[in-house]
Amino acid sequence: MDQAISAPRTRRIHLPTRLSNWLGLLPFFIFILVFLILPSLNLFLGAFKDQAGNFTLENISLLTDTYVLKSYSISLQISVITSIVGGLFGFAVAYAITLGHAPRWMRTVLITFAGLAANFGGVPLAFAFIATVGRTGFITALLKQICFTDASGAQVCPFNPYDHGFNLYSMTGLVLAYLYFQMPLMVLVITPALEGLKKDWREAAENLGASTRQYWLHVALPILWPSILGAMLLLFGSAFGAYATAQALTGGSIYLVTILIGQQIRGDVLNNPNEGYALALGMVVVMAFTIAGYTILQRRTTRWLQI
Amino acid sequence: MKTRGGRFWAVFWGGLALLYFFLPLYGTLEFSLRMQKGTYSLLAYQTVLADPQFLTSFGYSAAMGVITVTLSMLLFVPTVYWIYLRVPKARPIMEVITILPFIIPTIVYVFGLIRTFSGPPFQLTETPFKTDILITAGYIVLSMPYMFRAVDVGMRSIDVRMLTEAAQSLGANQVQILFHVIFPNQRIAILSGALICFALVIGELILGDFLVRPALGPYMVQVGRDRAYEPAALAIISYALTWICLGLIQFFSRGSKTQRQLTGR
Repeated sequence: MDQAISAPRTRRIHLPTRLSNWLGLLPFFIFILVFLILPSLNLFLGAFKDQAGNFTLENISLLTDTYVLKSYSISLQISVITSIVGGLFGFAVAYAITLGHAPRWMRTVLITFAGLAANFGGVPLAFAFIATVGRTGFITALLKQICFTDASGAQVCPFNPYDHGFNLYSMTGLVLAYLYFQMPLMVLVITPALEGLKKDWREAAENLGASTRQYWLHVALPILWPSILGAMLLLFGSAFGAYATAQALTGGSIYLVTILIGQQIRGDVLNNPNEGYALALGMVVVMAFTIAGYTILQRRTTRWLQI
Repeated sequence: MKTRGGRFWAVFWGGLALLYFFLPLYGTLEFSLRMQKGTYSLLAYQTVLADPQFLTSFGYSAAMGVITVTLSMLLFVPTVYWIYLRVPKARPIMEVITILPFIIPTIVYVFGLIRTFSGPPFQLTETPFKTDILITAGYIVLSMPYMFRAVDVGMRSIDVRMLTEAAQSLGANQVQILFHVIFPNQRIAILSGALICFALVIGELILGDFLVRPALGPYMVQVGRDRAYEPAALAIISYALTWICLGLIQFFSRGSKTQRQLTGR
């Protein structure tokens, strides 16, 4: 990168042609303008227009509608739960395979599978969970077979999860499925940070008489927390924008914001196309804050951990 | 740290993760083999592979994948090359632009795309061919974060200026430089970008679904609604495809650190 930048001499000579240099990027910028900026701008402006095309803030006030608020609350809940649970689980796994002395083969298999599972989203993921813990799924069938004869001679099968309120086609099921890509994503993102913890720091702390607890509390965690928080924000974003898994798993019966927008595209369920724009704009605002937070934390991270 | 307790917990969490990875996989595989009552068989796979609709949609998505990869490469390699050669100032701008598809959720982007191009003045939905143009553009945008990063990493690893000057002094023109010097030097970066891009198009649901084209994603959703065992077989097939794509990337880009994330959710 630096080689290209550090050529001031040539640039000074070609000063008059500098504008023509930018012209070389024209095809790309035209493409972006037509197929990314224009649609985005359209959504953005649409959110502030009524059906006649006049400026209004009314669509934005739709965001306080109970129906819409509920969908945002469900989306946020699922994203927060899966990013925290997936984040902690992923951190424990990453710790186990880096500093925790898990067997070597386990480390290799886990890293490979994390790469694979983090990419295994969408419709097939929903199918995998239906085949495993759906009503007739593999694990459900196994658990159902565990039966006893109780004192009165009747057959009882106490382990069928569906008798205990479990339902894959619900929020619990969605959380379970999302964790399948959230946890590995955490492993992939946080492993380099854990590997970046220098042995010297630990030895220095121990030489100064620190206990393991003190080392973690005063040395390792203060260095790691921006990475951990940043990774969890990434997980949050990946769950918040998800659509396909939820659609395939629940057939759209759980009203995530993404599902609601999908229905709005199909059939204008909100009775006003511009309200759909406002709904979409709200999502973009949440995502922009998430990515901004991630970027800031990322910068804090690189100060200590040169990966 | 090397206490027995520490090692126990490491194995505990590692083992738990392995179970979480493998159980759904095994469950799906087992389920997909159970179509014939009382015995394991490949009937579900045979049914899927014999379904003309599967072949059509797979063919469509694969063709779209190849077209997207080709166009995306023709757009990105020259652009990034030019940035490294002449306008390094544009690189930060490119970084921001190419991260946008991460910030705008796919469903929101597709919403904007449909509302913008389903009516005048830029209508692109009246004929299947025009819709295919629109859907290809959409795929290129969605795969942009991966494509740009792959090409960017590749371009960083070669001395663009020196190669260009050497080629120029041998009398090559810009087109020759691009196709005989830059592209061959970018083989690995291009290949890994292409595989990510291809896998993304194959697994994509939202664009194909809402633009009503016969892509693999919508077909899978429909099978999921109507059938019991075939979805499991489809899941295994797509798991294998992802595995192959990732394996190839790993194989071709040994040692280089590129971000690996494929499918849209």
